[in-house]
Amino acid sequence: MSAVATEAPAHRRRTNWLPYLLSLPALIVCIGILVPFLTAVYYSTLRYRLNLPAMKGFIGFGNYAGFLSDAAFWNTVRVSLEYTALTVGVELLFGLSIALLLQKRTRINDAISILLLLPLMTAPAIAALMWKLMTNPNFGVLSYFVQSLGVKNFQWASDPESALFTVVLVDVWVYTPFIMILLLAGLRSLPKQPFEAAALDGVPRRFVFTRITLPMLMPYIVTAGLFRLLDSIQQFDIIYPMTQGGPGDTLLVFQVRAYLEFYQYTNVGKSAALLIILWAITYALSNVFIKQWLKLRERARGLA
Amino acid sequence: MEHTSGLERALRGVALALIVVFFLFPILWIFLMSFQTNEEILRIPPSPFFTPTLGNYAALISGKLTTVSGTLDIAFMRNLWNSVLLSTASVAIALVLGVPAAYAFARFKFRLGEDIAFTLLSFRFAPPLLVLLPLSLYFQQLGLTDTYAGLIWVYQLIALPLILWIVRGYFEDISPDIEHAYRVAGHSWWSTFTRIAVPLAGPGIAAAGLLAFIFCWNNFVFALILASADKQPVTVGALAFVTASGIQYGQIAAAIVLSVTPTLALALYAQRYLVEGLSLGAVKG
Repeated sequence: MSAVATEAPAHRRRTNWLPYLLSLPALIVCIGILVPFLTAVYYSTLRYRLNLPAMKGFIGFGNYAGFLSDAAFWNTVRVSLEYTALTVGVELLFGLSIALLLQKRTRINDAISILLLLPLMTAPAIAALMWKLMTNPNFGVLSYFVQSLGVKNFQWASDPESALFTVVLVDVWVYTPFIMILLLAGLRSLPKQPFEAAALDGVPRRFVFTRITLPMLMPYIVTAGLFRLLDSIQQFDIIYPMTQGGPGDTLLVFQVRAYLEFYQYTNVGKSAALLIILWAITYALSNVFIKQWLKLRERARGLA
Repeated sequence: MEHTSGLERALRGVALALIVVFFLFPILWIFLMSFQTNEEILRIPPSPFFTPTLGNYAALISGKLTTVSGTLDIAFMRNLWNSVLLSTASVAIALVLGVPAAYAFARFKFRLGEDIAFTLLSFRFAPPLLVLLPLSLYFQQLGLTDTYAGLIWVYQLIALPLILWIVRGYFEDISPDIEHAYRVAGHSWWSTFTRIAVPLAGPGIAAAGLLAFIFCWNNFVFALILASADKQPVTVGALAFVTASGIQYGQIAAAIVLSVTPTLALALYAQRYLVEGLSLGAVKG
């Protein structure tokens, strides 16, 4: 790895500084971001409302302690977890099924797998608008389909009963291809020998799937799932354009609620505390994720 | 490979057809809507047959929307231009900063090296609002609110980690022996980097740049918080447009089509590299 760095002792002093010189500009640009992060930690310990600047003061863990007895906070936790569990679960199942269907390299399968990338490359905020047009109660084509199937008064995102279903549907539309494309690459990179041996021995296909395919694919499934988990718990881009967290408080996930807390109620302290809690969750998850991701990365480098 | 019955093949065909319909119908339907007049859109039942009109696009491009209650100004072309400017500039800067850093992480083992690389990666996973909300207060003090420079700086959070980790993988795949030989022939470190390493990693750098462009273009929350109307990209602009124009559904559909066409075209062009990019270099396509 470090062959270039160590080959010329005469240059050692100079080359030792080189990697720092090369990586520092990138780091400095991003370090500016650490300042607002620390500010957010500080704000979360304040009673700080933009409309009541005179009340500003240090309250320690007051904002956090306030959450314990705050039903609205627990609603946010519940909605965020429901959203995350539903999207990641459905996308994993759906993505794995599609990847298995497309596993064989044929021209039509390859064409389909490329076409399925289009939703993933659509900006989620724009995707939300597309589905909003299609579920419009006056002319939306999906509203019409649902009605012709005999379901009366299905209000999609405007009804608390079906709002979660609707945004999960959009999330599934956008992100299932992400899982699919990762698992498809995983499936196609699996070694052939175990499958050939199983075929020779006449092992039933159900066993091949549960005993060979699934265990060997597991690192890919875990990495793809954690990737989505990290994004899904932070959902904003679909829910905000579609419903602004409504109707009522049905879709107030962490980031949407923090956004409203900041701009609508100008409660900077409470908004910051909410985001710190979310950050703690994602930080813990990302540590697990990075371990899995590194394993997979090394394996990919090994195959190359 | 294995024996598949006719029934199974038929079932697979049906399943694949349903999947294709689910994922492509929305794009197709909005595309069709963008060529319809409002009367045609409001027909019940909805129908895919109509006389196509370019009126929606004409209204967006001219920036003047004629309605029964008078003309309405639309700034959508401005949003489109902002998206082009913000994404291009952000990716250009991220490449200048990220490619040398990626090379450093790939070729040298140095103290804190991995820590720096992982700190940069962790920006990809932190909740964006956590940084953006305090940043919006700082930007007001620094005079960076609603400037392209401020936005391009923040966009580095999207583009840099992506470029850094993908390009690093490409550099690691190239054997250092070639660079070694070139150095021994008496060339400076810099000319080794620019004449040997960068050209060899060229396709990877291009692919990382394209992907970073797509992610910058698709970003919503950064500009929602830090930009006002005349600096907003299409993602935020389209939402504002929906609120402002209300019932001009044809124009909304046309605006959506214009917003997604660049990224979809780039994605199809770069599809070979997408797997590797989307997994930040962990999975090869």
